[in-house]
Amino acid sequence: MQHVSPVREPLVTGGKSYHDVTQDVCRQVEAKPNIRWMAALSVALFFLGIFFYSVYRTLWYGIGEWGLNKTIGWAWDITNFVWWVGIGHAGTLISAVLLLFRQKWRTSINRAAEAMTIFAVICAAMFPVLHMGRPWLAYWVFPLQNTFGSLWVNFNSPLLWDVFAISTYFTVSLVFWYTGLVPDFATIRDRAKGPIAKVAYSLLSMGWKGSAKHWSRYETVSLILAGVSTPLVLSVHTIVSMDFATSVVPGWHTTIFPPYFVAGAIFSGFAMVLTLMLITRVVFKLEDYITLEHIALMNKIMMITGSIVGVAYITEFFIAWYSQVEFEQYAFINRATGPYWWAYAAMMTCNVITPQLVWIRRVRYSIPATFVLSIIVNIGMWFERFVIIVTSLHRDYLPSSWAMFSPTIIDIGIYVGTLGLFFTLFLLFAKFFPVINMAEVKSVLKYTVDNGPTYTGVDPHHAHAHQPATHGVPASAPVNYNKHD
Amino acid sequence: MTKRFALGVFEDEDVLLHAVENIRAAGVKIYEVFTPFPIHGIDDALGIERSRLPIAAFFYGLTGLAFALWLQIYTLGVDWPMIIGGKPHIALPAFIPVSFELTVFFCCHGMVITFYAISKLYPRWKTPVLDVRSTDDKFVVAIELKDGTDLGHLTQLLRANGASEVNEKEMSKF
Repeated sequence: MQHVSPVREPLVTGGKSYHDVTQDVCRQVEAKPNIRWMAALSVALFFLGIFFYSVYRTLWYGIGEWGLNKTIGWAWDITNFVWWVGIGHAGTLISAVLLLFRQKWRTSINRAAEAMTIFAVICAAMFPVLHMGRPWLAYWVFPLQNTFGSLWVNFNSPLLWDVFAISTYFTVSLVFWYTGLVPDFATIRDRAKGPIAKVAYSLLSMGWKGSAKHWSRYETVSLILAGVSTPLVLSVHTIVSMDFATSVVPGWHTTIFPPYFVAGAIFSGFAMVLTLMLITRVVFKLEDYITLEHIALMNKIMMITGSIVGVAYITEFFIAWYSQVEFEQYAFINRATGPYWWAYAAMMTCNVITPQLVWIRRVRYSIPATFVLSIIVNIGMWFERFVIIVTSLHRDYLPSSWAMFSPTIIDIGIYVGTLGLFFTLFLLFAKFFPVINMAEVKSVLKYTVDNGPTYTGVDPHHAHAHQPATHGVPASAPVNYNKHD
Repeated sequence: MTKRFALGVFEDEDVLLHAVENIRAAGVKIYEVFTPFPIHGIDDALGIERSRLPIAAFFYGLTGLAFALWLQIYTLGVDWPMIIGGKPHIALPAFIPVSFELTVFFCCHGMVITFYAISKLYPRWKTPVLDVRSTDDKFVVAIELKDGTDLGHLTQLLRANGASEVNEKEMSKF
């Protein structure tokens, strides 16, 4: 049994029993969709429609539908790609890194955060694939035989590293998430009333019965997946940052990029987890599981990573000056004071200044403040990628090719469209899948419930109720402790 | 083949843990224990051997690494050597990212597939369970009843060790 400090708030409030956890989490899976969910889904589907229309225009008329020009060949597409991948990272961080650090509070949020990872990576993948112009030839990025062309893929290219990193990250996150879902699908299956639900959850649960041997293996698998996912998640954003860092463009060619991008990814990811969790806990009445304590903890991580990002911004500026490379110096002066100064100002305000409000306890524990803050951070992180990508490209070594970028309606459509795609997937997940990992919450329930008595080996309170046992059983073995009394 | 089971239903994982130890000490063979969540220490109590999945995962990872290195060295160094950025054909530092990713890819998927295979977990239309509450809030100890098993004695043993109910169930295809 783990020691829990009495000054710590319980992880799950409301004195829940195991059965209460099952009830609370399964409720929304078993109930008819409520009106708020339907309304939210309609909005998400509307934006998904915008996504499909924009993709249709892009594929039918070509990349000319976007606002790109010969100077700025990467703009919103790669901005959005990096933004979405970054958002995804918080899910892996919560489920893998916090598992390795034995942070029990992650159990209430890891399921939804992992789902967010998967959906965010799906959204992210749309951009490089669409930017290819001919997505039906997307398989050319894989190392295939010469019959598909005359050459092999170039393993020296960071763009190809990205292909491997994102594919590995996506598939590994998917199996990690699914393996965690299997026991909970079994719970829903065993409660299911309708014939369709019975069959559907039986198929999904892979015949899980919760046998001790399977649990033992399951824990081993989870631990190893967590151990391997931790360097994986760091490698993914490192490789994403190398798309820029290995080039010679001023403003991109910096060695600080990998850690700076990873911190930014966690920063934006936690902001998105907070946004989603604040909505989910209210809509599905899960306030006892996703408590203010969780929100405060996530706020702290957001503030720390935000500060790391802030230090990175300042370091970049310092190094540009210290290096005495005039192109590098100009790139940064231009970022802050050039035609895109407003993007830089938005980035600085949203990412460096506002998260510092979390130092104030009242802000940290305030739901409205956290919600606003999390949205601001997501806006700020979008601007960060925009600043890095567009302001670096738009003025480099050759002033005659300097240009400006302005997005077309299709650029905007694809971006807001991926938001629609993301929320459609998330809402479907929240309705049909258990949003909280029931098995894991049950396993941490006992030593976190503040008012629930726990078994301590010898329980004088209950011992008198039993007859002394025979067959060599210790007389103190307590029996049938009912959690509801 | 139809099997008969005595099912001891427990309400608390610590009671279960002690019960499992005592039942095994009394010389009764436990067929299986079903729990709604993993219970630490039950492996030892049941005498479940430590899983060898980590070893398998290591070798899957090693396979991935070997495959990645072979792929990159063969394609860029042997099959169609090209000069890219004036670097050597076999530029090992540039091969690190893909080698790492494929190591992880093989390790994770190999291990997870092995896990599902050895645990015989695959999608089925119907999943018979001995007690549906064992995925909710009950901890169920299943003891197989063979001809000549003294059910009364077993019930007494389970009850004495804290079982809240003892049920008998027949199950085919289990």
